[in-house]
Amino acid sequence: MSDNPGFTPNEMMTIAASRALRNDDVCFVGIGAPSAACNVARLTHAPDITLIYESGTIGTAPDVLPLSIGDGELCETAVTTVAVPEMFRYWLQGGRISIGFLGAAQLDKFGNINTTVIGDYVHPKTRLPGGGGAPEIATSSKEIYITMAQTRRGMVEKIDFFTSFGHGEGGDHRKRLGIDTAGPTLLITDLAIWKPDPVTKEFTVVSLHPGVTRQQVQDSCGWVVKFAEALDETPAPSELELTTLRDLQARTKAAHEGTGKAKAA
Amino acid sequence: MVKFLPLKQAVAENLNDGDSVAFEGFTHLIPTAAAHEAIRQGFRDLTLIRMTPDLIYDQMIGMGMAKKIVFSYVGNPGVGLLRRARDSIENGFPRTIEVEEHSHAGMANAYEAGAAGLPCAVFRGYRGAGLAAVNPNIKSVTCPFTGEVLAAVPSIRPDVTFIHAQKADRKGNVLVEGIIGIQKEAVLAARRAVVTVEEVVDNFDDLHPNLTVLPRWTIAAISVVPGGSHPSYAHGYYARDNAAYLEWDAIAADREKFHAWMQANVIEKSADDFAGRVEHLRKAA
Repeated sequence: MSDNPGFTPNEMMTIAASRALRNDDVCFVGIGAPSAACNVARLTHAPDITLIYESGTIGTAPDVLPLSIGDGELCETAVTTVAVPEMFRYWLQGGRISIGFLGAAQLDKFGNINTTVIGDYVHPKTRLPGGGGAPEIATSSKEIYITMAQTRRGMVEKIDFFTSFGHGEGGDHRKRLGIDTAGPTLLITDLAIWKPDPVTKEFTVVSLHPGVTRQQVQDSCGWVVKFAEALDETPAPSELELTTLRDLQARTKAAHEGTGKAKAA
Repeated sequence: MVKFLPLKQAVAENLNDGDSVAFEGFTHLIPTAAAHEAIRQGFRDLTLIRMTPDLIYDQMIGMGMAKKIVFSYVGNPGVGLLRRARDSIENGFPRTIEVEEHSHAGMANAYEAGAAGLPCAVFRGYRGAGLAAVNPNIKSVTCPFTGEVLAAVPSIRPDVTFIHAQKADRKGNVLVEGIIGIQKEAVLAARRAVVTVEEVVDNFDDLHPNLTVLPRWTIAAISVVPGGSHPSYAHGYYARDNAAYLEWDAIAADREKFHAWMQANVIEKSADDFAGRVEHLRKAA
């Protein structure tokens, strides 16, 4: 990407992720990168998409990206706001969610996610926040999309803890556990789009973002990367997509900084 | 029957050393003022229960008040990690702490079971998840009708639950609105409940019929603490102080900085200081 393509890898990631969402999706939104992608989709090609945050806000349309999953903006713009037990029992467990959109601290090639600990569980090197809603989002949503920027620390051969189950050890592992949902069907990174192999369920690169080489993808991934035979190039962000994302991020930055003024000691 | 009390007295009458206590609030309506009062009164050996322990549990753990934490997300929402909680779990500072970790679905179901007077909650959860292997309170039951294996967790029954709410009427009925989280279940699951409110109004005659109202006889004590949720927010009153959540990360990262901050902003302050902290956030609500 040395020729200044006019967008950053992170912008490409968010926009590629937004394109995967459809207007009739009911999407359970994880905070961070998924939240940006879901709202870019809503502000471009999927105006009627239903975005759900685990704080209980259903059909929300925030003007700025929330810092947390429970910012007031989410409730004010939602179709309805329900209690947290109802969120998890009726709407998620009840099978109403078409896409669960998750980020990851650590990810393996079968889409298993760790956001719990680095190192041993009882004596962790780093205690991460944990799963929150993710363990059940990962198994009760009809499909799972994952988005994260690639690093060798993040994309690893073996995750330290199974916070959220993807395809386990691959193949029909979900089915063997009695899980009847599809699990991870899409991974969007800052370099590429990945889909699971139909049989082994190992994530395979199907599309490289503009200007990205196979070597770059491999260098920032901790497992030996498989590439599809017919490798596509991800279309570059359109003017509308880029403007929408940048405006959203500018509004968000202004809103989150704005509350700090005149703070009490 | 519910009593209107100054916060200092409401906390002293309802919280004891060694209690299991839930200070609930799902991002919204976090009972910060009540937690700070508990810190000033210096309770020990608490079992802290909460789905999303954030700044207030980071503060209580950092002050050495907790012997155990029951949670499903131990992070600073949207910012990152909780550094005092990490120091306790990773390094045993200022004391070692027992951890019981669930998912949100597990905790939400467990509170609901507590409110419903059931011994346990049954739901479709933890499938393939590592938590089931490290938390002995995550077990399974087989549905007697279909044979499906489902997750089971014990119900949550705190000794006392603290919540913050928008308003009470003069009789002591309480309105919670906006992102209502798990507050109703946490109050009904507890032996005692203490509520801080933004204000007291004459009556609730103008409320819509299906709003979340906790009848006065479900609550032990109410304290009026305007701004009592800061840096969280109260829908309709003031906005979330996102900048304060961002700043907390640096404060909590350093043991000495943390203690200096706690001394200046909690130990030497009172419930009356909260109103001033939200003044600049009121127009944004």
